[in-house]
Amino acid sequence: MIAFDYTRPASASEAIAIAAKQAHAKYLGGGTNLIDLMRETIEEPTALVDVSTLSNTIDVRDDRILIGAGVKNTAVAAHRAIRERYPMLARAILAGASAQIRNMASVGGNILQRTRCTYFYDDAAHCNKRWPGTGCDARDGFNRNHAILGASPACVATHPSDMCVALAALDATVHLRGVDGDRTMKLIDLHRLPGGRPDIETELRQGELITAVELPSLPSAARSTYRKVRDRSSYAFALVSVAAALDVDDAGHIRDVRLALGGIAHKPWRAFAAEAALRGTPATQPNFRDAAEIELKDAAGLRDNTFKIELAKRTIVATLSELNGRDRS
Amino acid sequence: MSIIQKAMQTVIRLMPDAASDPMIGADREIGKSLSRIDGPLKVTGQARFAAEVPLERLTYATLVHSTIARGRIATIDVAEAEAAPGVVLVMTYKNAPRMPPPLQMMVDAKGAAASSLPVMQDATIHWNGEPVAVVVAETQEQADYAATLVHVTYDVEQAATSFDHLKHKARTPASILGEPANITVGKAEAALGKAKFSIDQRYRTPHQNHAAIELHAATVLWEGNKLTVHDTTQMVNLTRSTLAAVFRIPEDNVHVLSPFVGGGFGNKGLWSHQILAAAAARLIDRPVRIVLSRAGVFRITGGRTLTEQRVALGADDDGPLTALIHTGFAGMTEHNDCPEQFTFPARHLYAAKSFLIDQKVIDLDMVANTFMRAPSESIGTFALESAIDELAEAMNVDPIALRRRIEPEKDPTSGLAFSSRNIVEAYRRGAERFGWDRRNAVPRSQRDGDWLIGYGVATATYPYYRMPGGAARIRLGVDGRAIVQMASHEMGMGTATTQAMHAAERLGLPVGNVTFEYGDTDLPPGTIAGGSSQTASIIAAVTAAADVLAADLIKLAGNDSPLAGLKPADVAMRDGGLCERDNPQKSESYVSILQRAGRDEISAEAAASMPLETQKYSMHSYGAQFCELRVNEVTGETRVTRWLGSFDTGRIVNPKTAASQFRGGIIMGLGLALMEDTVFDERTGRIMNPSLAEYHVPVHLDVPDIDVIWTDVSDPHSPMGVHGIGEIGITGVGAAVANAVYNATGKRIRDLPITLDKLM
Repeated sequence: MIAFDYTRPASASEAIAIAAKQAHAKYLGGGTNLIDLMRETIEEPTALVDVSTLSNTIDVRDDRILIGAGVKNTAVAAHRAIRERYPMLARAILAGASAQIRNMASVGGNILQRTRCTYFYDDAAHCNKRWPGTGCDARDGFNRNHAILGASPACVATHPSDMCVALAALDATVHLRGVDGDRTMKLIDLHRLPGGRPDIETELRQGELITAVELPSLPSAARSTYRKVRDRSSYAFALVSVAAALDVDDAGHIRDVRLALGGIAHKPWRAFAAEAALRGTPATQPNFRDAAEIELKDAAGLRDNTFKIELAKRTIVATLSELNGRDRS
Repeated sequence: MSIIQKAMQTVIRLMPDAASDPMIGADREIGKSLSRIDGPLKVTGQARFAAEVPLERLTYATLVHSTIARGRIATIDVAEAEAAPGVVLVMTYKNAPRMPPPLQMMVDAKGAAASSLPVMQDATIHWNGEPVAVVVAETQEQADYAATLVHVTYDVEQAATSFDHLKHKARTPASILGEPANITVGKAEAALGKAKFSIDQRYRTPHQNHAAIELHAATVLWEGNKLTVHDTTQMVNLTRSTLAAVFRIPEDNVHVLSPFVGGGFGNKGLWSHQILAAAAARLIDRPVRIVLSRAGVFRITGGRTLTEQRVALGADDDGPLTALIHTGFAGMTEHNDCPEQFTFPARHLYAAKSFLIDQKVIDLDMVANTFMRAPSESIGTFALESAIDELAEAMNVDPIALRRRIEPEKDPTSGLAFSSRNIVEAYRRGAERFGWDRRNAVPRSQRDGDWLIGYGVATATYPYYRMPGGAARIRLGVDGRAIVQMASHEMGMGTATTQAMHAAERLGLPVGNVTFEYGDTDLPPGTIAGGSSQTASIIAAVTAAADVLAADLIKLAGNDSPLAGLKPADVAMRDGGLCERDNPQKSESYVSILQRAGRDEISAEAAASMPLETQKYSMHSYGAQFCELRVNEVTGETRVTRWLGSFDTGRIVNPKTAASQFRGGIIMGLGLALMEDTVFDERTGRIMNPSLAEYHVPVHLDVPDIDVIWTDVSDPHSPMGVHGIGEIGITGVGAAVANAVYNATGKRIRDLPITLDKLM
């Protein structure tokens, strides 16, 4: 490991000021991903600015919840207001990693975690994300866990977060602070598709720090869930995951629906097309299936992951059906 | 097999039976559940593992691995690494000491190495991941960092990495663990064609890796020409002899200690890291510690190799099978000898009128594969027991009833009598306890919402082995306590506990008065902890030593003892002393004998008898594995909900540790069935998931309640009636899962692991 400076500033502004003085500074949250990446020499920061003790509160208001970026994943999932008002978020977090990792991992770090593509991790492989312009060994290699939507010739990696899938469905906003001041951004706009520059993963500016995540009021999210399909019962990344909220009127028509997918793209995938197709229609399995078809119509499979296209459709239907409270058969 | 070996075997088979162990059935200590003697040490962190031994002036080593599968190192630039902070040595083939290739396990009687390749002696690369440099530094972090500064370029050569493309080059190995690679009885192919019922299928199993919690580690110290290695190994004595040969020093100059092993499963033998650490320590004249990274474990220690197996079975309306065909291919290398004995179960499990058994290997450029728990009966039973299930369905009979029908009276290929075989009883008891009669043979007939429920069953089997060459020492003190010594191994299976129990029973002492010492080459030589052989091997040696001890004690007791005039054959060791076997009142305590003789201690040592019983009988352990599982019809996810293993493995010494070992094997089998898959990129020969995040083994949530029962019938031809049980738990599990998946879904998955995409 390369030697690095370590500081623990007392405020976000101080953290930003420290980071601005370093060419290769990184903000340190729980360290559950960054330290691994440093051990693998994928990340080689010259300074770590420890922000894990900053922004550590969950501020509950009637019209929103503001979650500090330093709050541990476990604390978010255990919070009563989160569990009651946004159960999909609590379930998504609990579906991720292990209890020990969730106890350490911060909200900000979860958002900024990097892909687990095994070629990205292997220092003998070609990877445009790790070494731009070297090629992508995953495209024609083992790509069971790779993208079926939004991929590019340069990169087929997926974003590994469960939490972000729920945040995407919930229309969460990310609060940012940088040398030029504060700004906010929709979470779904924060992560990028790979395009020709998979090494640039977010719209964050140099030195910008995530300070909080804001959940807007969404009464229908009280009836929401998260379904994660994976190769073992826990401690595995999603092959496909679905975060969904469903609001159905007395006549059985869909007033509102929120749908996001994980494990299938370079970013948490908000299913806008499916949502639009479903709004106002009867909440029926055929309609759920039609919406899933619409969302996945541009999906493209690779050698090992074509099954995920059908799996994603089925999981969407099963999750919406579960929320709709009807027996599938 | 040589002519002499063959002649020896014939003589042995004609010899009269050795008398059964007179202690078979003794139950003062044996058969009681005893918690692990080393448990408190482990849970309080006091058990000291190989990577934890403190030494003065210790240095730390990290390996640099090749990134190509075949070729030569063109350039290797170590200047930057050498200049890095704390670096003491960068060793490559250019400055490594000259060392002959290590002695190979199973090939050389004193060999421990999985591969016969020379270690870091020239620029040749044999597999992707082979060590090309060792960086030694003052701290582990410094060594790890400097290892990233070693720059290597290669002249790449075409590597053999594709199993499927190289099938045409498959070769027949000289033997499969000493057994023939090919067995032909009758004309199986013709019989298959004429059979009223037949199935003929191909099964595939992937590369898999052992995933012991404890990483491979060695702490190595040279003192002059004497080498001490604190290792984590299943073979201290073979490690000693192989290191002695590699460093050209007498065996007595090598001291190997391995008091605790944090999981072995066949993988904790001699790989290149111990040799490299010792070579580096010699160059710098300082002790070296090497702890492999998890990725390093995948790169330089081999696991189970991939196989493609054909099983074809023919049957008529009744009687034995008309044809049993089990053939196939396993990946191997040119520098090891582990052809994966996947046809072993088929050689002895079922009565058949004709057999065709044939194994071939395909040479690949990869890390040497090695024995991995139930090698390769685990994957062999996956194929064979899946096929039996398929045949039962074709015949419309219950799979247990079919197995009963084709139960042989003697070993069907060797013709030997079975020493002890209660498999039908194991099935009967298992079926009753599991509720097998609730199974509906029609697939997809049980459901709970989206979940399809299935039942499956399969036979477990593993050979009985007892290794020659071991010896034990018993030191009996005037305080009435005994220390039993043998350089054997505790990998968490309970050896220290069960052997204290056995020795206590054998010597007539309370178990609290017996200490079992092991894991140190200064002790009398033990045999390897492998092939489920260690328990019987130790018991045989301790038994021999106890016989010598009894004879010596009679002599020591002399004419003033109530025992005067008795011969060794007349006495028993009971109640803390010797007594006349047929007249227990005539006795004297050990304490009394030693006190009268003015002795603090008496010590006796003896070698175990040769394991001739395995030449005379067909000796195996058996079991019936019952699985209940659910498959989600929407997503294809499989969740095992209930398991029962019903075993027939001779006498059980310690029910508590035995149950744990059975369960551990079954859990490992669930991994084999559902998730374990070492991803080997044929483009580069590189393992792409060398981490426990990406190489999946079962998590707690994947493991259901596992019920285990056993017949507890002593084998009259084994020491104390026991069989080793380390391996058998995993056998049959893959097939029981696959058969249950079929019962649930109507889909036969013949390609492990059974992942959800195969079931969607």
